[in-house]
Amino acid sequence: MIKIWSMKKNEDAATKKKPKTSAAQIRVQKDLTELDLPSTMKTHFPDPIDLLNFMLTITPDEGQMLLLPHAHDQYLNFLLLGMYKGGAFTFSFAINTNYPHDPPKVKCTQTIYHPNVDLEGNVCLNILREDWKPVLNLNSVMVGLQYLFLEPNADDPLNKEAAQEMSKNRDQFLHNVKSSMRGSSIKGVQYDKVLA
Amino acid sequence: MAFSQCDHDWEGRYYHIDQILDAPGPRTDEGFMAGDGVKDFLRNQSKILVIGAGGLGCEILANLALTGFKDIHVIDMDTIDISNLNRQFLFRQKDVAEFIMNRVPGVKVTPYFGKIQDKDDDYYLQFNLVICGLDSIEARRWINATLVNLVDPENPESLKPLIDGGTEGFKGQARVILPTITSCYECSLDMLNKPTAFPICTIANTPRLPEHCIEWASVLEWPRVYGDKKMDTDNPDDITWLYTIAAARAKEFKIEGVTWSLTQGVVKNIIPAIASTNAIIAASCCNEAFKIATSSAAYLNNYFMLIGTEGIYSYTFEHEKKKNCPVCGGDAVSLAVKPDMTLEELIEMLTERQDIQIKNPSLSTPTKQLYLRAPPQLEEATRPNLLKTVSELIPGGGEVTVTAGTLPFSLSLDITFT
Repeated sequence: MIKIWSMKKNEDAATKKKPKTSAAQIRVQKDLTELDLPSTMKTHFPDPIDLLNFMLTITPDEGQMLLLPHAHDQYLNFLLLGMYKGGAFTFSFAINTNYPHDPPKVKCTQTIYHPNVDLEGNVCLNILREDWKPVLNLNSVMVGLQYLFLEPNADDPLNKEAAQEMSKNRDQFLHNVKSSMRGSSIKGVQYDKVLA
Repeated sequence: MAFSQCDHDWEGRYYHIDQILDAPGPRTDEGFMAGDGVKDFLRNQSKILVIGAGGLGCEILANLALTGFKDIHVIDMDTIDISNLNRQFLFRQKDVAEFIMNRVPGVKVTPYFGKIQDKDDDYYLQFNLVICGLDSIEARRWINATLVNLVDPENPESLKPLIDGGTEGFKGQARVILPTITSCYECSLDMLNKPTAFPICTIANTPRLPEHCIEWASVLEWPRVYGDKKMDTDNPDDITWLYTIAAARAKEFKIEGVTWSLTQGVVKNIIPAIASTNAIIAASCCNEAFKIATSSAAYLNNYFMLIGTEGIYSYTFEHEKKKNCPVCGGDAVSLAVKPDMTLEELIEMLTERQDIQIKNPSLSTPTKQLYLRAPPQLEEATRPNLLKTVSELIPGGGEVTVTAGTLPFSLSLDITFT
């Protein structure tokens, strides 16, 4: 025991007491103050003192067309460009004290028509669950969410109706997206009006 | 040696341990006080804290008591589950202390049932050593940060060695953390395996495993049915509800294997514990505690891992301190400022200092934000603070955490007033 104590004595006297601020708290401060968001995304803090709970609003634009190897795919992609433009989609973020070991909990607060978002607001985004790593940050999650609006993925459906429509009949899918955003009901499901 | 032999010590009790303590050996430290000095410290002065009285904790308690530690405190918050009894051989929480005291006379075990977070710095300061046998990452991070914060350069005894044991099935690890001197628990956080999580779309659409059905019940159905009500994974009723939902789901998809105990295992993230792995890791932890307390031999530097999945493989290495560790790394700077200095002037001073090299810093105290650069709403909310004086914002001075894109992680300021 004595040995250990003498080690501290010999150590550089400049070592100062370390912060009482929790590691999670510092990390969230760092993530938030270094967010690099495009103009299509805005954060809102219902209580500005509480950095662990906030909202993110995404107003998707056209996005950029990806150059795909097959002309046919490219055409299909082109059809879907900017399909969610004009909408404002709000997500709630809840960060716990075990961040960044645990990912933030993210939910869509509206009922929206999207292949990767279910009617309860659960979002299918790999980095929110199985592929989360502490090196990722809030910026990665937000960029990932925005990407879902530019490139919905019919292969990982949470809203099966929407996913089926998207892969089978793109025109109908586009039409459904637009009318859902105006707050209409599709196949018996009432969607929220999300026009910005 | 009247002082090291109380009434309870039977004849020859310390015969074997005294072989080690009575004379220095080739590997003993210079500071080793062979004979009465070290025995007195071990048996009459040292006070040790064990966190966790589960499978690992029970082994640790037994080993400590038999090695000659006499004043042992133990904290555990878990409720007892019948599935734990195969390895928690001290039977029941309320019995743990009692059991050891009966079994090993002369040992005083003081239990505390509750959260480690209930206790303050003064509580932790009374111990010489802390041993963790926990299954929670969150609790480990907390105790690690607490012990790092406890270190006061002016008071060497504020340095509490932390010995952390952990097991997962056939795998385990034991490590010695000397807060602020060696790498800490937070330094190695990115070495952890991530918990198994299934893609939410698999759970929702194409379940193939019983676990998928259980996650469907807990991740999707629970919040849908109960809204914000929190699931209590220690409440058998909640587990039964999840089990019923998961079993129905499994039937629908013709998946076999959903049981009540698997449901509990999945939602509580229980990894099967192997009694012998616990025994090995506990033994290693207690050896280190003994060596550190007595200086009778070189202690572990600083990470021992055991992999028993295929044969027995173990490896010992020095885990390095992470420079930008949010708990033990980063720089700390003492700043004496005039009480009438405004926050804006303080920030300007920070950005001008050559030794800090900081651009666009954001500042906060442990309880409030002082000034955040972004996002715009928070910048606006904290902007009025810029014109306030530092003494008005942090009366009495204290700790300020600074983050900035130019810093590897963060900088800690200790503000005092001139």
